[in-house]
Amino acid sequence: MATQRRDAAIVGIHEYPSRDVEGRVNALQIKAASAAKALADAGLTWSDVDAIYDAGEGGPMSGLMISEYFGIQPTVMDTTGVGGSSYEFHAAHALRAIREGKAKVALLTYGSTAHSNAMAIGAGGRGGGISPGDNMETFAGQTLIANYAMVAHRHMHQYGTTSEQLAEISTATRYHAMRNPEAVQAMTDLEFVGIQETTIEDVVGSRMIADPLHLLECCMVSDGGGAVVIASADVAANCAKAPVWILGTGEATKYPQNGGDITTSAGAQSAPIAFAEAGVSAAEMDIAMIYDSFSITVLALLEDLGFCAKGEGGAWVQGGRLRFDRPNDGPALNTDGGGLSSNHPGMRGIFLLLEATRQLRGESTSQVADASLAIAHGNGGMLGARHSAGTVILGRD
Amino acid sequence: MSDHKASNSPDSGAAKGAEKKAPTRPLPKLTELDTAEFWQGTADKQFRYQKCANCGTVVWHPRAHCTGCVDGDLRWHVSAGKGTIYSYSVVRLSYHPFFRTQVPYAVAYVDLDEGPRFLTNVTGVADPLTEVAVGQRVELAWESHEELSLPLVKPLS
Repeated sequence: MATQRRDAAIVGIHEYPSRDVEGRVNALQIKAASAAKALADAGLTWSDVDAIYDAGEGGPMSGLMISEYFGIQPTVMDTTGVGGSSYEFHAAHALRAIREGKAKVALLTYGSTAHSNAMAIGAGGRGGGISPGDNMETFAGQTLIANYAMVAHRHMHQYGTTSEQLAEISTATRYHAMRNPEAVQAMTDLEFVGIQETTIEDVVGSRMIADPLHLLECCMVSDGGGAVVIASADVAANCAKAPVWILGTGEATKYPQNGGDITTSAGAQSAPIAFAEAGVSAAEMDIAMIYDSFSITVLALLEDLGFCAKGEGGAWVQGGRLRFDRPNDGPALNTDGGGLSSNHPGMRGIFLLLEATRQLRGESTSQVADASLAIAHGNGGMLGARHSAGTVILGRD
Repeated sequence: MSDHKASNSPDSGAAKGAEKKAPTRPLPKLTELDTAEFWQGTADKQFRYQKCANCGTVVWHPRAHCTGCVDGDLRWHVSAGKGTIYSYSVVRLSYHPFFRTQVPYAVAYVDLDEGPRFLTNVTGVADPLTEVAVGQRVELAWESHEELSLPLVKPLS
C-alpha cells in the first residue's frame, strides 16, 4: 500500500444510451458523440486531448483517421486492438503515458452498430482470415459460443461445476439490469422475451445454444458505444467530477497449447500484476466488473482474478453472493446489467470502466454504499482459444 | 454478417459453381505456407505433425519455426491417429450456410497420443448429445474432399 501511486484518473465518462440505432447513426458518430459527452462530463473540451486510443473498429489505419474526425492534435497515439479487452489495455497505456509525462488528457472511444448490421457474432461462421491457426480450425464449424462452451464442459469435468451454478451469473446480472432503465430499454428494443428478474430454473430451462450453454447464459448483440477520459493528477484536480484513480493494470494473452488447461485464462497472469501495482487484493474489491460474454467467462475469471481458488467458483457464486445488496459477501458483479442484460455491441471492455467509475462516484443504479475499490477485467477473443486479458484496478479518493 | 452475405463468401465453397448449389463445408487453403505440408499429407490420410529434433517440442499448429528453442530443427512425423477428447460442445445454433444444415453437431479439442491438441468434429455417433464425452477415446475418421481430407474423429472401436 505504501507504494500505491495516483498519477492518472478517469475524469469523464459517457455510455451511449441506445442499443438499437436502427441505421440512423454509424459507429464513428457514436464514438464522437460519446467523446463530446465524456469530455463535457469532465469539464474538458476537444483541444485538451493530447492522447488518443482506438481499437480500430472504425476501420483499418484508424490511427490516421480518428484524430482528423474528432478534430484533435494528439501527440500520443495507440491503436491496440485485442478484442473486447482493448479498453483495459488502453487505460493501462494511458496511465503509463501520463506517468511518463507524455500526455495529460487521454481519450478512449468505442462505437458499434453490430445489432443494426445483424452481425452474427456468437453463432456465425469464423472469419475469412488465413492465419495458420484459422486454417487448421475453420473446417470444424466451431461457433464462438461453442468455444466458450468447451471451457464450461471442461470446467464441469474437472471440478464438478453445474449449470445451476453457472446460472447464478445470469440471475445476478439480470437482477442488476432490472434496476437500470437503460438496460431495460435495451432489452425492450432488442425484443427480449421475459424482461424481468430471472431464476436459476429460468436460465437452465432456456434453449440450449451450444452445450452446456443456454440462451440466458449468452450475451446480447446490441448497438452502442461510449467514451472514457483519463487525465493526469494536476488536470484531474480541476475537473468537474471526483477522480477515479487507476491504481494498477495488467495485460496478458493466451492461446491453444498442447496439454494446456483451458479452464485457466490469461487473467491468471494479468490480475496479479495489476493487484501488485495497486497494493490491494481481490478480497478488498467492492465492485467486480468482469466481461460477461457468457456465464462461464465470469466463473473462470472470478477464479483467475483470485476471488476464490481455481475450481471453486461454482460453489462460491451460489446463493446470490454477487448481488449489489449483499456487500458483505464479496464484490457486486456487473451492476449495470452486464453484457448478458444491458450492453454488448461486440467489444464490451469500455463499459466495464464506465460502470466501475459510476460505482466509485456513487452514480450507479445498483449503488454499493461507500464503494471505494473496483476491478475491471476484460477478456478479448475466445476464452477457450486465443484471447487477451486486461485488468484495471480503480479507486476513489 | 447477414446470412445472404455469408453464403457468398469464398469460404462457403458455394462460390465455385455458378448454379445454386447446396452449401458446402469450408475447406482449408492449401496455399497457406505454415500449414500446407499438413494439408498435403491429408490427401493420403496422414496426420502429420512437427517435433523439434533439437529440443523435443511438439509444435502445433504447424509452422516454420520451433517455439521451444531458437535453433530449432522441426521434423515431420505421422500420428498413429488415436487420442482423447479434451473438451467438446454440441452446436445447436449456427448461422453459417453450411453448418446450419448440420446442427446438432459436436466440435471437440482432441489430444492426440503424440501430443498435438487439434480442433475437429466428432462423427460416427447416432446422437452427439448423449454419445460424446470429455475423456472419451477416439480415432481419426477421414472425410475425403477433392484435394485433401479432413481429420474428423469417431469413438475408438
